[in-house]
Amino acid sequence: MKRQLPLLFVFLFGTFMVVQNFVPHENSERAKDFLNDWTIIIGIFALALGIWSLISVSIDKINKRKPNWEYAFVTLVGLVAMIFFGFTSNVSSSWWTYFASLIVLLIALWLLVQGILGFGAGATRSKEKFFAGIGLGLVFTLIAIFDKSWEFHFYTPEGLENTMFKNFFSNIMVPLQSTMFALLAFFISSASYRAFRARNLLASLLLIAALIVMLRFTPGPWGDLISKTSTWVMNVPNLAAQRAIVIGIGLGMVATALKVILGIERGYMGKG
Amino acid sequence: MELGQFLWTSLAAFLTLSVFSFLYKDNPMYKFAEHLFVGVSAGYFVIILWHNGLVTNLYGRLADGHFYFLWLDSAKWWYIFPAILGIMMFTRFSRKWSWVSRWPVAFYIGIATGLAVPLEMANRVNRQLYSMMEPINWQSFFGSGWLDMGAGYSDIIIFVGTVSALIYFYFSKAHTGVFGSAAKLGIWTLMIGFGASFGFTVMARISLLINRIQFLDKNWKRNSFDFTNENFSPGYLVLFWLIILVFLIYAISEFLKYLKNKNASSVKSA
Amino acid sequence: MNIFERFMKLDRRWIYLFLLAVCLLAYYSDFTVPTIVEKETSAIYNFIDSLPPGEVIFVAIDYDPSNQAELHPMTYAIMEHAFRKKLRVVFTALSQNGPGMADQAIHDLADSLRVDKTYNGVEYKGRELVNGVDYCFLGYKPYYALVITAMGQDFRTPFPSDYYGTPLDSLPLMKKVHNYDDIAILVDVSGGNITDAWISYGQGKFDFPLALGLTGVMTAQYYPFLQSGQVMGIMGGLLGAAQYEDMTDNPGLAKDGMRVQLPAHLVIILFILMGNIGHFAGRKNRKKVQS
Repeated sequence: MKRQLPLLFVFLFGTFMVVQNFVPHENSERAKDFLNDWTIIIGIFALALGIWSLISVSIDKINKRKPNWEYAFVTLVGLVAMIFFGFTSNVSSSWWTYFASLIVLLIALWLLVQGILGFGAGATRSKEKFFAGIGLGLVFTLIAIFDKSWEFHFYTPEGLENTMFKNFFSNIMVPLQSTMFALLAFFISSASYRAFRARNLLASLLLIAALIVMLRFTPGPWGDLISKTSTWVMNVPNLAAQRAIVIGIGLGMVATALKVILGIERGYMGKG
Repeated sequence: MELGQFLWTSLAAFLTLSVFSFLYKDNPMYKFAEHLFVGVSAGYFVIILWHNGLVTNLYGRLADGHFYFLWLDSAKWWYIFPAILGIMMFTRFSRKWSWVSRWPVAFYIGIATGLAVPLEMANRVNRQLYSMMEPINWQSFFGSGWLDMGAGYSDIIIFVGTVSALIYFYFSKAHTGVFGSAAKLGIWTLMIGFGASFGFTVMARISLLINRIQFLDKNWKRNSFDFTNENFSPGYLVLFWLIILVFLIYAISEFLKYLKNKNASSVKSA
Repeated sequence: MNIFERFMKLDRRWIYLFLLAVCLLAYYSDFTVPTIVEKETSAIYNFIDSLPPGEVIFVAIDYDPSNQAELHPMTYAIMEHAFRKKLRVVFTALSQNGPGMADQAIHDLADSLRVDKTYNGVEYKGRELVNGVDYCFLGYKPYYALVITAMGQDFRTPFPSDYYGTPLDSLPLMKKVHNYDDIAILVDVSGGNITDAWISYGQGKFDFPLALGLTGVMTAQYYPFLQSGQVMGIMGGLLGAAQYEDMTDNPGLAKDGMRVQLPAHLVIILFILMGNIGHFAGRKNRKKVQS
């Protein structure tokens, strides 16, 4: 049951999907869509595991006072705030009660967590904090019910159009993620200086190809020649190399997939 | 630009500069920005999964049913089963019951691998091999002009290059003799391909930096000094210089620390 | 220690500062770099330009903010081109943070399209974009390979409603659009592995015209698919975006950014040459000392 049933599932569903690809009948396509639909729903729950992992790691970091534990608060506040904004919308022109509710929610959640897990390494469970958290949670619930300046939207996507949600995305996530990747421009310049050595023929070939491609939009008569050379390099030797890699990856993927379907590869099951 | 929008843009500029400050050294501003990003992006993903995933694909289909019947009275009652399989995933956190999470994982793995086998074989392998077998352009073997990619010699280079690179990847036989020479030609072809990739990679990385410079200039600095803006107030300038001041103070304090350490080390060596 | 050895021991932060200084100098200088339009990009432009008004195209916005520098200009250029020509657009966003990027692009373009503009000598009147009539944003679903396969039968299978919660059947645009057979072209603007899934599971199984907008890092890898006919065009990186902007006569961030690219590339080449000269000169020196 623990190992045989999953192996049987993988074999049955894997074989069905392989055979289904060659059966153009409408019922075969319906069965495939049915299974795909189920898999997407299961996958949503699987992705939520990662979020739980982040929360537990951050709380553990704070409780055990690991290095930079103070910043774990920032992570948790950002997470809760974003979720709050995504499930709510402010319908009035005043934002005070909206943000006050968020602060009450943050404090309530933190007290609950401290109460359940204890505060600090080796501390006993804190009943007072737990009940204080419950109390504040009730306060938050009462505000949510009686305050008409903002609303909860669990089953409709008004939260996606919430100004705070969109501003958090555009002005926190977008600049942070794009700037973190922009650091790579500097790292590649440092790597070019320190690591890129034309020690042998192979490295020299790589360097020459890279130089031709990097200079392909140089203006002037030399630029035209380099541009034509670059186009040829991309469409001929580069194409040959990438085609070999694509074929190799394709064969590797098919071989690994077959190993998984036939039960030879069982890494996905974990230990036990 | 309205004040509210300018405040948000200033926050984005502050966070951008905080991340760039990492190039000098890891510092509290960078750590704050990094941890904030992790939390906010996780929260964003939860919302997107909920509204675009669970609500539309699961709740939307079971909405005509009732909670107290566990939605089995819904017209599409069978959708409760993938939900049960999904919830079984959470048994992963229990040492005693973690084997239960293997069932939904096996369901997903089986379908994904079964889908992959024929389609990857057809599109990554077969289609690529077919296009490699196309006739060589003998009529225009030398092409016209400088390095003609439609010329016959280009077709031969593609064919020979691909076959030799595939030979290079075959490690079950020792790369000696004729086989070894073909493998050598293969690695030369691969190096040209990697060089072309590197050239594009440099362009990609520089583009990322250019975009940040464009944002800081067009979206933030120009709006800070846009005196023609009807919403403009001296507060825009104050906020701009305040953010610059924060980083200037950090830079000056680091420079003073560096001088102090340099003096200390020269006194020590003397 | 000779000058080459000093250079080799240079703190990397000086290298960063030099690169930043060159980029800022190029950014604030007034010059342009000519854009040579490549065949791969012009194929996409010509195809979309030849479509009659009312045709439906599919744009898959499969990138995160980390790739927005190269891919957002492409998305804007293609979408503005399509909307000015009164084509109707169906969007998805199969990457994790893609919905936000797509939503941002739709709102920015809605503002831009309200204004009358002239491109390539043709005047386009400003208009309001209407959700459900001019465009439909399907949203995000996880496990893109399965979603792409499921959309081949009917878009409604993985997407019963759009991003804003409206059932697809109630949208006028989607009444006659059911699957890939009802779209003229699919443009995948992507920064990751989702492109592979569109080629294998989408185009490979359902055979629709597929064009790619890729980051520079990925571009070189997809030339085999271009040559085999699986992909009908590729826009590669910021250069591809600048080429498309050039063809649509709609200069934007990409064209503006290209003039900083060239000096930055020259700086990287200078670093490579300096590094190699320093390494080989230093090695010669060390051999002399040893002997």
